[in-house]
Amino acid sequence: MAAELVFEKKPKWWLSLNDSLLMIKRSTLHIIRNTDQLLGAFFQPVMFLVLFSTVFGGAISKALPAGVTYLNFLMAGIIVQTVAFGSTTTAVSVCNDLQKGIIDRFRSLPMSNLAVLNGHVTSDLFRNTISTSVMLLTGLAIGFRSHANPLHWLYIAGILFLFTFAFSWLAAIIGLFAKSVEAVQWLTFVMIFPLTFASTAFVPAEGMNHILRDFAVNQPITQVVEAVRALILGSPIGNHGWLAVVWCVGMLVVALPLASILFRRKTSQ
Amino acid sequence: MADTDYVIEAKNLVKSYGQNKVLKGINLKVKRGTMVALLGPNGAGKTTTVRILSTLLGFDSGTVHVEGFDLIKEADKVRGVIGLTGQSAAVDELLTGRENLVMMGRLYRLTPASAKARAQELLEDFDLLKAAERPAKTYSGGMRRRLDLAVSLIAVPPVIFLDEPTTGLDPRSRLSMWNIIKKLLADGTTILLTTQYLDEADQLADSIVVIDGGKVIAEGTAAELKSKVGNDRLELSFKNEPAFKQATTLLAKSVVETNDKEYTATVVIKDTDTDIRQTLNALAEAKVHVQSMEIHKPTLDDVFLSLTGKQKTTKKEETK
Repeated sequence: MAAELVFEKKPKWWLSLNDSLLMIKRSTLHIIRNTDQLLGAFFQPVMFLVLFSTVFGGAISKALPAGVTYLNFLMAGIIVQTVAFGSTTTAVSVCNDLQKGIIDRFRSLPMSNLAVLNGHVTSDLFRNTISTSVMLLTGLAIGFRSHANPLHWLYIAGILFLFTFAFSWLAAIIGLFAKSVEAVQWLTFVMIFPLTFASTAFVPAEGMNHILRDFAVNQPITQVVEAVRALILGSPIGNHGWLAVVWCVGMLVVALPLASILFRRKTSQ
Repeated sequence: MADTDYVIEAKNLVKSYGQNKVLKGINLKVKRGTMVALLGPNGAGKTTTVRILSTLLGFDSGTVHVEGFDLIKEADKVRGVIGLTGQSAAVDELLTGRENLVMMGRLYRLTPASAKARAQELLEDFDLLKAAERPAKTYSGGMRRRLDLAVSLIAVPPVIFLDEPTTGLDPRSRLSMWNIIKKLLADGTTILLTTQYLDEADQLADSIVVIDGGKVIAEGTAAELKSKVGNDRLELSFKNEPAFKQATTLLAKSVVETNDKEYTATVVIKDTDTDIRQTLNALAEAKVHVQSMEIHKPTLDDVFLSLTGKQKTTKKEETK
């Protein structure tokens, strides 16, 4: 053994934080190396944006307030939808780690185990930033214009970050529960698809029947979409801003400890 | 406090999954700088034992000390002194070999510079330098196992668990893995190995613990275990039926196995010096011609089969 081993002499909290940073780096490298997934993060939102705005634009714009184009209306919805579906990646990565032997490796190390989940969840922020930026640029190219000033954009970014974080922790739970990657895919689909479509992400709630509307206007995705939309369109935000934050924080408060407990239990069998 | 002579010491280890008792009181001791091989058929509890000893799995009762640390109370300290190479190569497929090593080194609490230096050293030692910048998913089976083992050695842990490290490897990769393991032993590492290959245990381990059905059914050096199964045997084959019949009648007392299609008879040899000579003399006096003969020493296969209770068939022994 030629090389002298030098160990970190840092307090425990620093080491735990460093474990999480290492895992974030790992998950982020996964995003960059996984070319298929990266292409998906680029093209899927663009495809959705162009398809929705051209296919639904004509029909739905009649139901919108005067002076609001469908593209401007749609932008908030499609960003939130992309972020919500993006959390599937966390579920898949968590499930993958558990299926393959690598989780045993991590657990046999003197590291903080939750760092593995931290890594996947946090790297979601990175991928969602790419997706959202691509979508905004595409939107601008096909006629999207916003009334938001830089401060508003900062609010938007804040809300989306919080939403991504909350949704990714929820997705992590699915990843911990599911027995295979295939199961993860349909589970997340079944959870996220109705939530995003039974919301005001793509259409105003006015045209929905009572039961659907009551659900749609009160569920978290609608709150997040409406808050972002109000900021983009420069319209009054009403209660949507704080409700969006409360929902996200609420989801986090439930999902984070639950995911941690499940992770511990799942990995000690 | 555990005896310091023993780096790994498990006493009366019990583990069940619901009604299913997987380990029924395993006792295991591994002396510093030696290798113990855990041998047993599938489902005997080998992997369960290794997973418990490497802190991956809880257990119901018993005590375990690794390097004097209590496995339950000081799990983190145990993790600091062990390295684990499991059955499935646990490397990150999307990271390069070097990235894997550096990351794991950092997770073992090495400083960045130290982790990098050690990674370079291991890449050289394990003949992975050329593939160092390629993602691990492009590696061959043998390379992946080498990387996996290298990863568990990144912080030079004094104790290594190897769970079937050569399963599924081609003969060449297996041999190079053996050489690496031998070098580790020479460097003073304490190793617990599980294997389904008896010759692997025979080749590498200082002592062997045979487990079956969650219990230790035998332990000792390879030689000790072989002597337990019994004596050497002399297999004689004859040219034709009359010679075969004559010989079996003549040697009746000591014949343990016959095959009347191939005209072979197997005789137990208790004392190599006298018994072989007596047998051959008896045959020569009766003018029975022996076509060929072969001496069988008990192999670990025999040990394994006789200990795990699976009856040997009369089929001719496979020669290794």
